[in-house]
Amino acid sequence: MAEVRNLICISCPMGCNLTVTRDGDNITVTGNTCKNGEIYGIEEVTNPKRVIPTTVVCNGGKLKRLPVKTADAVPKSMIFDIMKEINKVSVDAPVEVGQVIIPNVLDTGVDVVATRTMPAE
Amino acid sequence: MEKVYDTVVLGGGPAGLAAAIEAKKNGAEDVLILERDRELGGILNQCIHNGFGLHTFNEQLTGPEYAERFIDQAKELDIPYELDTMVLDLEDEGDLKRIHAVNEENGYQTFDTKSVVLTMGCRERPAGAIGIPGFRPAGVFTAGTAQRFINMEGYMCGKKAVILGSGDIGLIMARRMTLEGAEVEAVCELMPYSNGLQRNIVQCLDDYDIPLKLSHTITFIHGKDRVEGVTIQEVGPDLKPIPGTEERIDCDVVLLSVGLLPENEISRNAGVEIDARTNGPVVSELRETSIPGVFAAGNVVHVHDLVDFVSEEAALAGKGAGKYIQGTLDQEPDFKTVAGPGLGYVVPQNVSLDNVDDSITFYMRVRNVLEDKVINAYIGDEKVATKRAQKFLPAEMVNFKISKKTLEKYPDGEEIRFVIEDKPVPKKKA
Repeated sequence: MAEVRNLICISCPMGCNLTVTRDGDNITVTGNTCKNGEIYGIEEVTNPKRVIPTTVVCNGGKLKRLPVKTADAVPKSMIFDIMKEINKVSVDAPVEVGQVIIPNVLDTGVDVVATRTMPAE
Repeated sequence: MEKVYDTVVLGGGPAGLAAAIEAKKNGAEDVLILERDRELGGILNQCIHNGFGLHTFNEQLTGPEYAERFIDQAKELDIPYELDTMVLDLEDEGDLKRIHAVNEENGYQTFDTKSVVLTMGCRERPAGAIGIPGFRPAGVFTAGTAQRFINMEGYMCGKKAVILGSGDIGLIMARRMTLEGAEVEAVCELMPYSNGLQRNIVQCLDDYDIPLKLSHTITFIHGKDRVEGVTIQEVGPDLKPIPGTEERIDCDVVLLSVGLLPENEISRNAGVEIDARTNGPVVSELRETSIPGVFAAGNVVHVHDLVDFVSEEAALAGKGAGKYIQGTLDQEPDFKTVAGPGLGYVVPQNVSLDNVDDSITFYMRVRNVLEDKVINAYIGDEKVATKRAQKFLPAEMVNFKISKKTLEKYPDGEEIRFVIEDKPVPKKKA
């Protein structure tokens, strides 16, 4: 029996309406207008992933919080566990954009990186 | 003699940065950015979520990353800027414009300039503007204020939240509060559809099982010193609360995401003509306002949903300022644009084809969700272009591109009218 799911693609702000049909190992995506839509559709029914944007405590910087993100999408089921790890961290300014804050967070193979340059105060 | 700038840009957010960069590249030598905050980048600095830059850079950036790319470009071009500087007034004295401003270091000062770009952005509609009954307890924030507290200042604003309004900032904050350990009980939306992007409903609400209550509003805020809860109610097609549908939700914080208003006090005082539909200046294809040499771009002109389009529009304004300085700007409009029924507005309102390279993009917004419709552009009785989409949503600005060649065919045309019409039924094959 083929399983059909209607999704909204979150790859970009276009928000295409996708129809993902799963018949065993055979997954087809329709309604997408680009390659990213197909990738998103397949991942969303097999292993849904998200990028986590958040902040860490920053000492001695221009701001008290440094924005960070997972450099790539991580499994959706791990979001709250990864948030716990990120919340343990505090960094000292100065920080460069792209600087790795947590390497390979919870063995996902994905780094948590700074999303802005934070000069020291 | 006082220094005279070529172009002074009011506001160092995404629009201001793009405008300053493009002005400098197009012939304005002395460019200055005036910014009231402590750093450049504007609202992007607090928008730490990803999803910016897909159109401009072809990748998913967070707000601060997107801002940094433009800040770096401005610095490469040696464009000076003044921070913590609040512009009070703009005076139009013909060829010269005088800007009055204050900052802590220099006190009151004036800047003389040949051209100005208005990029003050917009601000959130506050609690007072929507008049929710109840006391005035602590714990009622606009979503953007909460966003700044949490993402930049490091203060959490509550443990249990109800959000009114499903604009993008409200949706983004629902997720942000959840990630930081708060419970978001509900997002209430007065209209029968969301005002946010579809993708934000998926990744900010659905991912965390946060209920989106369409056709619902907050009718009472409980608590005297601190928010203790809200009463929400369903609304009918007339948007009025339906008696008997009251539901009490306990919470300690209420976030409001109920609309954005272009910030045009300076523009109005200067005598810039304002369009009642956009609440922003009436502008030309290169975003010149009704005052020659004064340009405007970004959310101060009309509220955008994607920063990429703000940058795109601001680049036009910067180019306009450059051409104005060089004396190559055509200021006689060939066409006026008209928004037909069902369309909220069209920007730009005036077009001079001489300033257009290959094509011109008209930005517009529909008032209601439209399916099986197209938007057609007419000059006189003739249909000159058609914009198609799967669906038109009020939350998503329509970009309608028309080539210069098409418009040049109508030298006697005066108006470009945008009209919503039924999608033609495809002819069946015999």
